[in-house]
Amino acid sequence: MDNLFQRSLEDLIKGFRLQLLGDSSFISRALEEIRREIKATDLSTKSTALHKLSYLAAIHGVDMSWAAFHALEVVSSSRFHHKRIGYQAITQSFHDQTSVLLLITNQLRKDLNSVNEYEVSLALECLSRIGTRDLARDLSPEVFTLLGSSKSFVRKKATGVVLRVFDKYPDAVKVCFKRLVENLETSDPQILSAVVGVFCELASKDPTSCLPLAPEFFKILVDSRNNWVLIKLLKIFSKLASVEPRLGRKVAEPICEHMKRTVAKSLVFECVRTVVSSLSDHEAAVKLAVAKIREFLVEDDPNLKYLGLHALSIAAPKHLWAVLENKEAVVKALSDEDPNVKLEALHLLMAMVTEDNVSEISRILMNYALKSDPLFCNEIIISVLSVCSRNAYEIIVDFDWYVSLLGEMARIPHCQRGEEIEHQLIDIGMRVRDARPQLVRVSWALLIDPALLGNMFLHPILSAASWVSGEYVEFAKNPYELVEALVQPRTDLLPPYIRAIYIHSVFKVLVFCLRSYFSAQESSSGSSSTVYESILNLVNVIEIGVWPLSGAYDVEVQERAKNVLGFIGMAKQDIAKKVNLQDNEAEACRVTAFMEDAFSEELGPISANAREKVCVPDGLELEENLGDLEEICGKFLKPVESDSVSCTDKITFSVSNLRIRDQQEASSSTSLPPKESSSLLAEHRKRHGMYYLTSEKNDPDSNGTPNDYPPANDLASEILLDPLDPKRKAKHRKSRPVVVKLDEGGESRITTSQAKTKQESVTDDESLSRDIQSALLVNKKGKEREKCEGNSNLVVQEEETSRIEKPQNSEKKKKKKKNGERTSGKHRSRRRSEVASSSEQVEIPDLLL
Amino acid sequence: GTDDHSSDLFWESRINMIHFVLLVSRQGKVRLTKWYSPYTQKERSKVIRELSGVILNRGPKLCNFIEWRGYKVVYKRYASLYFCMCIDEADNELEVLEIIHHYVEILDRYFGSVCELDLIFNFHKAYYILDELLIAGELQESSKKTVARIISAQDQLVEAAKEEASSISNIIAQATK
Repeated sequence: MDNLFQRSLEDLIKGFRLQLLGDSSFISRALEEIRREIKATDLSTKSTALHKLSYLAAIHGVDMSWAAFHALEVVSSSRFHHKRIGYQAITQSFHDQTSVLLLITNQLRKDLNSVNEYEVSLALECLSRIGTRDLARDLSPEVFTLLGSSKSFVRKKATGVVLRVFDKYPDAVKVCFKRLVENLETSDPQILSAVVGVFCELASKDPTSCLPLAPEFFKILVDSRNNWVLIKLLKIFSKLASVEPRLGRKVAEPICEHMKRTVAKSLVFECVRTVVSSLSDHEAAVKLAVAKIREFLVEDDPNLKYLGLHALSIAAPKHLWAVLENKEAVVKALSDEDPNVKLEALHLLMAMVTEDNVSEISRILMNYALKSDPLFCNEIIISVLSVCSRNAYEIIVDFDWYVSLLGEMARIPHCQRGEEIEHQLIDIGMRVRDARPQLVRVSWALLIDPALLGNMFLHPILSAASWVSGEYVEFAKNPYELVEALVQPRTDLLPPYIRAIYIHSVFKVLVFCLRSYFSAQESSSGSSSTVYESILNLVNVIEIGVWPLSGAYDVEVQERAKNVLGFIGMAKQDIAKKVNLQDNEAEACRVTAFMEDAFSEELGPISANAREKVCVPDGLELEENLGDLEEICGKFLKPVESDSVSCTDKITFSVSNLRIRDQQEASSSTSLPPKESSSLLAEHRKRHGMYYLTSEKNDPDSNGTPNDYPPANDLASEILLDPLDPKRKAKHRKSRPVVVKLDEGGESRITTSQAKTKQESVTDDESLSRDIQSALLVNKKGKEREKCEGNSNLVVQEEETSRIEKPQNSEKKKKKKKNGERTSGKHRSRRRSEVASSSEQVEIPDLLL
Repeated sequence: GTDDHSSDLFWESRINMIHFVLLVSRQGKVRLTKWYSPYTQKERSKVIRELSGVILNRGPKLCNFIEWRGYKVVYKRYASLYFCMCIDEADNELEVLEIIHHYVEILDRYFGSVCELDLIFNFHKAYYILDELLIAGELQESSKKTVARIISAQDQLVEAAKEEASSISNIIAQATK
């Protein structure tokens, strides 16, 4: 009677729409009800409760993991209606960690063996979703049987489950693979579609192992008119062609046929994608594909436009002409409503950039950046920045233009890429000597721009501009104005670390001006009062501007401010004196000259692995035991214990003390004097690893050859000394300035790590591919046997496949197979390597090549 | 608990083309969810929230694909409902649009010009139909007629069983209404 008063799912849904309780309280009341009902012994009541729970879980995200056992109970019902509800609940809520999962095996087996095809279908659907390794192992015999079922409805569903089973339990491949391959020859379109789907996934995981089936796939590719099947086949061939390029020649023709024939855009697109990504050497096919892309681009349908652009970007690396041909459409797409379309267009435009059109394209893009929303605007900016700076500004010839462009970017209202612009401004300053005058001009304009100070995203740019102005002050038009800009009151909007850079730049400007003042006096003997006035003005402006900062909270700002003020204090008297008496060598003059010297050393770019390249100076012994040092130091240390210890003495004392203690510890704990210092070094390295630069071969002994690279800065200055290299240009009216580019040597490192990850991923799928390959071998053997039995259907097939197999080849294969059988299980690693070698020798029938 | 396994949204190995199917109304109400890749309940809610936010805000003239966390979501609006399917980058977006359309046509045929209410009240039917269309995230039946036939065969199975089981209680229930 319970059943009578139970609310059905429909009641629940209706109730939900009429309720006034609010969603969450209605749901919790419904859940209460369900928890009560689901405990009923009557399966109808139980299943209805479960059904309602599934609904709440699917639509309202209610947790239903607590009902796992009840779902199992419902599934065990003999009624189809209950089973269906139960299986739906299970597929919806079970996962690998569900505790009652172990209890489902027998129920699934029972239903897989059911005479009712719909029950079989429920069980298959369930297995395809929740199958674990255990379930896949235990039920693979049933799946195998169903793959040969006479009912196409069942066979189709069984095929759909196979992938899950293979994935969880690769050994099942041995059992099921043959049946799967047989299904490739079916006349039933639904089964074919399912099987091709399975092979599509298998091929994408491990193309090599599917290569022997290429003739079968090819036949379907030519014969089939089912778009769904054809799309899958194209995907398969695109994968196969990546491991066997000779396949491309064979499949290009039928693919072009489909491209010409079909009206289905999905198939056309798949053909296009296959051609541009995998058959890019086949000119005729590529031409046709690009023609199709153009058709997509001119369509009004945003989907086709997007896909057309997408296909172009796949083609771009190898067939840039295809992009260039469609430049207009690409530029037009930049103003599309759809952010996806815009982004694709941007990527394409960047792919087109060369040194000849970089300024044109950048101009177009800057205009779009001004009009765009913040997101796309910054996408544009970062794209331009990264393309232009690629490979040490490879495509930039006119650096004056590029530096101005960087300045322009800073003024785009939405610009948030301050850090990247900062980096490039400084980087160009260091690398490109000829760009410095323009760099200083642009920096000056940035420094006096009031808008920039108020935008925290742009502060890094100001930091770079101030550094550039200080470092290359010799190019400044008016140092007085520069100083005014650097000490303007609004700089208090900047974070302290940038203010510190500002002050330091002021210092550099000051030193530069004083130095030129003094040297002018020395040479011309007797300067005009206007020069004197102006230098005094400059000093005063700095003093007034920097003075408040000597009490700044931030210690960096404070210290630098005090440095400047101290220097001014010293110089001021001499400036005044100088005018009157033409004395030789005043104190300030000397110090200024010294300071200028300190600043005048050129800063160059530093290679990421510069440290490796520093060679060990002659006579420096890194491995030597420094035990004697204790004695030597001991002598000096004694007098230090007196009271009159200066500050610096104290420091040396503590440092040497520390060192001695360290050594004592080391010598007391271990007794290997010769390696002691190196072990200390190693320990230090271990403890403070993050302060060491990473390098793969930092030990020159390890690779046997001494490191004979010059130090990084030497290398830089060498290149710098060399003026314009005449070999490079000729082509341009304006010659490209020298860009200092260091041999970074980082590439090899990247590739090794990539190779590593690649290898790892290979091993993941290895077991599956190994099984597929062995299954294929069994399959071949099976075919041979059938041939002997005189199966006329298969004889034709066999002839096709065996034509290429030269006698010794097939012998080799058999032998290999024997080996594989013998070693199976025990010698995993050996077997693996054998399989690997066999995979390299997978044969494709001649008819395809 | 449910949250123990794989806290992130990425699954170890792909074994299906479609990762999930989502039906959301224009008001953001979920009408159907079907997950072919393992997501916890928490992740499911997060995905639904995130995606419906993005999709409902897209204008009508935009393309039907969105790039989302390294995947592609293909969606299409039919009347007041958005049908969404999540696939991998390399999969064919147009093909998925066709699958969506195919599903809608089958629903339409089954319910007789389908509307959102049909799916609300017969949410389980929409599931059963989807299960005949896709298995393990792969299209398995491209014939509308066949799907219709299979579904009605199963419906009859259920009806027959129901009548047999609860004919008396049915009558009583009718009488007491």
